[in-house]
Amino acid sequence: MDLENQRRVKELSEKYGAENMVIVLGAAESEAAGLAAETVTAGDPTYAGPLTGVSLGLRVYHICEDEMKAEIAEQVYEDQVSMMEMVLDVDSIKKEMSAIRSEYCKF
Amino acid sequence: MLKNAKVVVIGDRDGIPGPAIEECVRSAGAEVVFSSTECFV
Amino acid sequence: MNSVIQATGYILAHTPDLLVHNGTTQTAEREHNPESEYLRQIPQHIRSYRQVVEYLPNQTYIGNMTPEELARVEQPWYDKPVENASRFGTFGEIMPQDEFLLLLQACDVFDLVWLSTAFVSEALPRLAAHPLIGEDILAKIKTGVEPDAIEYAVSQEHAEPLYHNGLLVGYVRRAHDFDPNLSAHIMLENLVSKASSVLSLLHVVHQAGIEKNAISYVIDCSEEACGDMNQRGGGNFAKAAAEIAGLTGASGCDVRSFCAAPAHALILAASLVSAGVYENVVVTAGGCSAKLGMNGKDHVKKGMPLMEDVLGGFAVLVGKNDGVSPEIDTAMCGRHTVGTGSSPQAVITSLVTDPLDRAGLKITDIDKYSVEMQNPDVTKPAGAGDVPLSNYKMIAALAVKRNEIARDEIGAFVEQHGMVGWAPTQGHIPSGVPYLGFARREIMAGSIARVMIIGKGSLFLGRMTNLFDGVSFVIRKNSGGQEESAVSQKQIQGMIAKAMREFAENMMREQG
Repeated sequence: MDLENQRRVKELSEKYGAENMVIVLGAAESEAAGLAAETVTAGDPTYAGPLTGVSLGLRVYHICEDEMKAEIAEQVYEDQVSMMEMVLDVDSIKKEMSAIRSEYCKF
Repeated sequence: MLKNAKVVVIGDRDGIPGPAIEECVRSAGAEVVFSSTECFV
Repeated sequence: MNSVIQATGYILAHTPDLLVHNGTTQTAEREHNPESEYLRQIPQHIRSYRQVVEYLPNQTYIGNMTPEELARVEQPWYDKPVENASRFGTFGEIMPQDEFLLLLQACDVFDLVWLSTAFVSEALPRLAAHPLIGEDILAKIKTGVEPDAIEYAVSQEHAEPLYHNGLLVGYVRRAHDFDPNLSAHIMLENLVSKASSVLSLLHVVHQAGIEKNAISYVIDCSEEACGDMNQRGGGNFAKAAAEIAGLTGASGCDVRSFCAAPAHALILAASLVSAGVYENVVVTAGGCSAKLGMNGKDHVKKGMPLMEDVLGGFAVLVGKNDGVSPEIDTAMCGRHTVGTGSSPQAVITSLVTDPLDRAGLKITDIDKYSVEMQNPDVTKPAGAGDVPLSNYKMIAALAVKRNEIARDEIGAFVEQHGMVGWAPTQGHIPSGVPYLGFARREIMAGSIARVMIIGKGSLFLGRMTNLFDGVSFVIRKNSGGQEESAVSQKQIQGMIAKAMREFAENMMREQG
């Protein structure tokens, strides 16, 4: 995850309280999604950014996951995201995200 | 979960970009505190 | 009348030492993690010039293989060298590093680039043998300096070192004592872009078979900025490169829009020629040293070679309609506007279906789409996916939403209207343009009729806007008409006679 974005996540988590935060990803690949998810939960696995060794354990979801879809207005999702369900490997992304959350999420 | 939550959006230029995700989570009652779109190529 | 694509030039320059010393992934790593395993492993993953020439996507880029032929070879490609691969291709060449460093110096007109005497005497004869590099360029290469002068400049004068095969062979000095915009680092990056553009220009002029002084205008669409502290991005890479390439009849300017710039530049070029402002326009861009080895960490981790070891460049000559070459149809341009929004659906609609709808065409009426043609060998191991494939799936998905194809036909659509990627991850370089040379050939051979070129840009990277950008245009089979020559005297007399008759008739009617 971009180093500047890591910094922002860390700062905002301190400002608002980790328990009030939700990180929502739009990654194109499950590998990228998993990497971002791990970064905001367990810490930056590439040891490159401000979240290196920092385990925020935040709630993190990919926008295509059912938990997100359930809360989003249907027409908005349809216009903004739905087309990508035919492009992304959504199953692979869901699998990766669930795995990361069950292991590292604190909330 | 999203209603009244503080949301950070990390979009992907080749997936779903930041502003598109923002629209979605706002419709669910979330407050977007930061949004960015990453580009890997 | 529409303008046409007259010729294309595509070049690569193998620059492994620039990768090590100037690619930002590597420079950032040296800054934050100097003891890292990655830095230690780099030397074992550097490819030789021979390997780079024999690399399938590189041979495709310069036109010795078609994208269709490349698609028939199973990925990955880095472990499948091409036998008898040639440095020179139908559209250009793959230049070795030592010759490129000499060209870099030839492009420097402010005495900033200095190379060692030994290096120059060793490499110059080879550059002199280059079929397109003449005395005018060779004369700009200086005999050289001694190693201790190089050491001194690098250690005491903030000069940027230049290496070849791991040895220090020269340096680039800063162009100003305190202006950060004229630092040695920036001068090197800008000269790299200029030199690769110059080589591309030489090739396109050669491809076109015209005189250098016949070129009227050049547009540079790379992603660099040159200027000083009072005008940080003043430009003009186009004219700077045109000067070295010997295009004495040309003026030019720079067009910037991140990776969407080449498509913007081509639409502008087509419009200028079609409107009769200029006889012809060359759109060009050089490569980017910063992006070398960009995804290197993942490549090394997975035991692969560092495949982002080449700079890319291209030049496209847009000329007056000759009745034969494929036309750039300016009536069919798509654009992503300020109000379009960033949802993938809105983006693809603005770039693909809006212009097609206006022309009364379906998505399937375009034979081939040329999108962002990044080489998947490079992007897949880095978790960035297969960029062309994603783009094609997005176009197909939109076609499904519009009921133009069925959901289970997405694969077939990609197969028929898409292509595998082959261009280096040099930002603007893979964006739409790599296919133009092939498109011209295929359209003129009659195997395809319409190609859509799509350029997309991530403007948000510059932190001036969160917007995307993108434009598209279509090139198609020539309609067969030709640019009209001057109207004949007889025609003029006919027009005057007609006008006078009508005038007389009106006078009679008014009086009657």
